[in-house]
Amino acid sequence: MNRDIAVVAFAQTRHSAQDDGLTEVEMLAPVIGEIKERTGLTRFGFTCSGSCDYLAGTPFSFVSALDAVGAWPPISESHVEMDAAWALYEAWVRLRHGDVDTALVYGFGKGSQGALREIFTQQLDPYYLAPLGVDPVSLAALQARAYLDRAGVKEDDLRAVAARSRAAGRANPYALHLPDPDDEGYEVAPLRPSDIAPVADGAAAIVLAAGDTARELCERPAWISGVDHRAEAHAPGARDLTRSESTRIAARKAGADRVEVAELHARYSHEELILREALGLDESVSVNPSGGPLSADPVMATGLIRIGEAAARIHDGTATRALAHAASGPCLQQNLVCVLSGESDG
Amino acid sequence: MSSEPNHVVEFPGGYTRSVGPVIGRFLTELRDGRLVGVRTADGRVLVPPTEYDPETGEAVTGEFVEVGPAGTVTSWSWVPRPRPAHPLDRPFAWALIRPDGADTALLHALDLGEFEEGADPPRYLKAGLRVRPKWRAERTGGIGDIACFRPEVTMINAPTRLEYRLRGGRALDRFLAGIAEGRILGHRCPVCGQVIVPMKGLCPRDGVPTSEEVEVADTGTVTTFAVNNLPDPRAPDVPFVSAYVLLDGADLTMLALVAGIPADQVRIGMRVKAVWRPREEWGPTLDNIKWFEPLDEPDVLFERIKDYV
Repeated sequence: MNRDIAVVAFAQTRHSAQDDGLTEVEMLAPVIGEIKERTGLTRFGFTCSGSCDYLAGTPFSFVSALDAVGAWPPISESHVEMDAAWALYEAWVRLRHGDVDTALVYGFGKGSQGALREIFTQQLDPYYLAPLGVDPVSLAALQARAYLDRAGVKEDDLRAVAARSRAAGRANPYALHLPDPDDEGYEVAPLRPSDIAPVADGAAAIVLAAGDTARELCERPAWISGVDHRAEAHAPGARDLTRSESTRIAARKAGADRVEVAELHARYSHEELILREALGLDESVSVNPSGGPLSADPVMATGLIRIGEAAARIHDGTATRALAHAASGPCLQQNLVCVLSGESDG
Repeated sequence: MSSEPNHVVEFPGGYTRSVGPVIGRFLTELRDGRLVGVRTADGRVLVPPTEYDPETGEAVTGEFVEVGPAGTVTSWSWVPRPRPAHPLDRPFAWALIRPDGADTALLHALDLGEFEEGADPPRYLKAGLRVRPKWRAERTGGIGDIACFRPEVTMINAPTRLEYRLRGGRALDRFLAGIAEGRILGHRCPVCGQVIVPMKGLCPRDGVPTSEEVEVADTGTVTTFAVNNLPDPRAPDVPFVSAYVLLDGADLTMLALVAGIPADQVRIGMRVKAVWRPREEWGPTLDNIKWFEPLDEPDVLFERIKDYV
């Protein structure tokens, strides 16, 4: 069944660069409380979350997060071991069934508890990549090098992305407030520390609602006019790292055009340039006005926050059409594009 | 995470995985010191092999092809400060390497030799660099059987050293004896009359012996100069200026350092004076003169020094 589904509320933590001594549930609970209060809902037709057990090193850590939601009597619930943007995708599919009208989506990550670069090494192909000890920053730098070589872009262009993102982030009360990039050495060349998303602890939640329920819950719902996600080969040597073909296809399937704002899940400055090209965004589009992941990267929530920030631009009337992008896997392996509109098609 | 961990996730002894026939073949060949790829239905060779064609998802053929071992770097990243989990403990590169005969690239570490921690990537590290695997002597059938890749040999470095005992000769000895006393000596040519500093005992223009000793001043005029940007332990910090100085009373210029003035303000025709080291440090060497510094005098017109440039 086709029906219009909208983001009707968005809440997030003030992301923190250090461990504030909270458990994941303690970090998440205020966000869930806030979004329940804002929508007036205490029960949802469907609940779906995105998180990564390896961040805390405990199995089924997402189950204890349900304590923050309140799951008794039993609720209809699901989880993805991915960024919560994919939980939103699952909730969107679930709402399309037509038998429930609201869904709660949330994601949370406490990167401060472990060594994220080593944790994400374990996410890689266990035969050819993980045994080498290669980490996500090293892989991202390989992609950056390939992109710089192909596009003729300079390291200064990367620095400009970082500077613009940090400046925007300083105006966002939820982001980390980071100084302008200064003369810094390479973290992994050609990337410098400011080219790399700063790990943060944080959580975010979104409420989706369908049709008239959405109109009741929100003055100006952010209607999902299209959402799609595509994946590419995992092996970094088996694909063209200088382009994001999966983003391009997802954008086409989601009908991504004429957007005024784009929130991109670019965890490295060069990724923004690759994504802009794949999405066909010109200079008239405001990219990552929130500061984007380069101003705060609460892993597993960062992609969902892109959708929330894009929806917030619709909610507050500053945009009528916005694009949100989420990424997963090494070197932009998997990409999700969500188009939000102030006007319902139906 | 700076403090010691209080929680560990670990499979003691490691996590055992079966590898299947395609990856298994690759790892078995690797143990034997060979690199192989697998051919896809449309004829491409995948290295490292997968059971499926990443482009189409179709199963690959059973045909394995020996590739490399030499290959070409298609992209790289440079790790100035290796982490404990990294395969090398000195700065190194990660590289995507397409072995000769393959259509995809293999990721591995690339060792470029000794670098200080924090070093920037060397300029010769770029896509297109030719590399070869460095095999471990004891191989077990894992991607780590290749310790790392190394660039192909394009240069050698041979020891070069010869030892000499040189004498300055009579004329130079006399010149240096003068310098040891703080005097700059030359000879006047009996034919053309020019004063040659330092003297050689000959006039290079007329080819006649010279013997008339003349003392010249330690002031002079810059006839030309160069700004040096390569550091030299004997010179001031870069950028420093080396110049030809025409000493007052001499007819040949002398190569000297010019200091006491920013490099970009040195000019042809500038008047300079020798700065001598403290007298107790003097010996029979031109090092007695540290360098030349500007004199507060008007520049000499080019017309008057043009024959010495």
